Amino acid sequence: MPKQKFTGTRSYIATDDLTMAVNAAVTLQRPILIKGEPGTGKTQLAIEVAESLGMPLFEWHIKSTTKAQQGLYEYDAVARLRDSQLGDDKVHDISNYIMRGKVWEAFESEQQPVLLIDEIDKADIEFPNDLLQELDRMEFYVYETRKLVSARHRPVMVITSNNEKELPDAFLRRCFFHYIKFPDQDTMAKIVDVHFPKLKKELLTEALNAFYKVRDVRGLKKKPSTSELLDWIKLLLAEDIPPEALRSENSRSAIPPLYGALLKNEQDVHLFEQLVFLDRRNNPQ
Amino acid sequence: MLIPFFYMLRDGGMKTSITELLMLQEALKSGLAGQSVDDFYFLARTTLVKDEAHLDRFDRIFAAYFKGVEDSLKDLMREIPDDWLQRQAELALSDEEKKLIKSMGGFEELMKALQQRLDEQNERHEGGSKWIGTAGTSPFGAYGYNPEGVRIGQQGSRNRSAVKVWDKREYRNLDDSVELGTRNIKVALRRLRKFAREGAADQLDLNDTIDKTARNGGMLDIRMVPERHNAVKVLLCFDIGGSMDDHIRICEETFSAARSEFKHLEYFYFHNFIYESLWKDNRRRQTEKTATLDVMNKYPSDYKMIFVGDATMSPYEVAYAGGSVEHWNEEPGAVWIKRLLNTYPKAIWLNPEPKSRWDYTPSVKLIRDLMDDRMYPLTIAGLDEGIKALR
Repeated sequence: MPKQKFTGTRSYIATDDLTMAVNAAVTLQRPILIKGEPGTGKTQLAIEVAESLGMPLFEWHIKSTTKAQQGLYEYDAVARLRDSQLGDDKVHDISNYIMRGKVWEAFESEQQPVLLIDEIDKADIEFPNDLLQELDRMEFYVYETRKLVSARHRPVMVITSNNEKELPDAFLRRCFFHYIKFPDQDTMAKIVDVHFPKLKKELLTEALNAFYKVRDVRGLKKKPSTSELLDWIKLLLAEDIPPEALRSENSRSAIPPLYGALLKNEQDVHLFEQLVFLDRRNNPQ
Repeated sequence: MLIPFFYMLRDGGMKTSITELLMLQEALKSGLAGQSVDDFYFLARTTLVKDEAHLDRFDRIFAAYFKGVEDSLKDLMREIPDDWLQRQAELALSDEEKKLIKSMGGFEELMKALQQRLDEQNERHEGGSKWIGTAGTSPFGAYGYNPEGVRIGQQGSRNRSAVKVWDKREYRNLDDSVELGTRNIKVALRRLRKFAREGAADQLDLNDTIDKTARNGGMLDIRMVPERHNAVKVLLCFDIGGSMDDHIRICEETFSAARSEFKHLEYFYFHNFIYESLWKDNRRRQTEKTATLDVMNKYPSDYKMIFVGDATMSPYEVAYAGGSVEHWNEEPGAVWIKRLLNTYPKAIWLNPEPKSRWDYTPSVKLIRDLMDDRMYPLTIAGLDEGIKALR
């Protein structure tokens, strides 16, 4: 079966190891589990995979109250109860009250789809276990209508996790795994480049230097990540900040402009200001 | 050649399973790894490692196992043209042999056969005998074979940087025996969760409502249930001051993680060892004390007890009356801890000192004996073990 290879897209830079992991998952038709710091493009990956392989995308976002069953289907018993008391004719066919979930929709897709299960760790600890059979066999049974739903085409499954809960071993064994590590400065330059192709080189270098310096501050609660950097550059462009403003002879004592976009936690902002202040006092210009 | 590597991973403490090994074989067969060691490394990593905490360990084992293999690959590339070798290999094996190899699935067999054929050849292979010799364990053999024909050699000429990817050890600080942050502690503590329904019934129990309504001949009968809560109760006792000063940060982290994780969490401080009183506010430790007996009376024995302390002190402080450094204690600390352990059978001691140093301190051994060996280092791995013992 000729398969297209995923190599990253015009708006998404994928490293070699990530490409390998995605291609392995696509070829062997097994789910791929993506972990990594928040803001490194885990969710974006599924969107880009779908785009680059030309597949439709189904997104299932998980909340703490989400149950595995909801991804398959839900039986709206209350609506049926109400209809029965109102004497509606619909009530005789139970399939009128079966609501399809995202997994079912993906299974029914005409074309091989990409199914994103976003932030699987938000759900209850048992959630992944409840999906084992469905992910393995790509089919499930609807008890109410006694119907077996199986996938027309095995979807490419992208599952993301923020590591809030540990996932069960049995689940992990069925997946490929990739940990998106924080990009180094070269990769980051490429990433910024695809988002802001017309960015001046000087500004990019200065912005990246300033950004990695902020990331290096010890004791930050939430280090700024790729998405924060992109927001920040957007702001810098909007405000038309010249590259010189980001540079400074005594670089450690400079507060980068608009740093509110990088630090999202008041304690971090406070800590950062204090460090800069201390540094200025110790090295007066 | 994958199998010894697989066992090496397992010996290295990774929980790699047969499913994953088979998955890797399958991936190799479908030609995913191409012909380069880098690709093979990425593929093996994405298949065999399922936790970023193990990435560093995997890198180290990979490096140890495949050391030298790549050098031999380089020799190979220099001496024998790719297409020549490829053709030769295809010639060397008959269809039956290919089938045989496929059915046996053994790469080593293949390499042996290949070696035989190539040995019979002329001087062109003199320099090559070296790599053939190592071929039995080389990854090259593993993915060099593909069912359409036997291909040996690297595709294209990938530029190889001086440092191999797996030698960079980029994931070092994710290793779970090294770092311990609040988030990690939370994940470990969550293992203790036990849900139970308690409190006011304020949620609609749909299933029960439908069931009751159906039995009621269609008349609505609403049923409510209480919400589910984490029902685990924890008593935390922190050693504070003195030799614990070095470990303040880690204790703070454990404390803040535990506090947000459990609804029923009670904490007390002690100094060096447990005696007749504990306190909740360290600044007013002399004035606002809680008698240990009161603690035992107030909190029922379904509480789980966690001591956090370095257990480093003079043995007298544990074993003798009057041994405390702060006051005159009527009864030795050992008696008090036994009382506590009798009341709270589920108890562990977490020690921020590295386990390797425990043996040098007599008091640690003394306390370990008192705790029936339920002392664990305050790392994620240790915490995990401890939580298991508590369950």
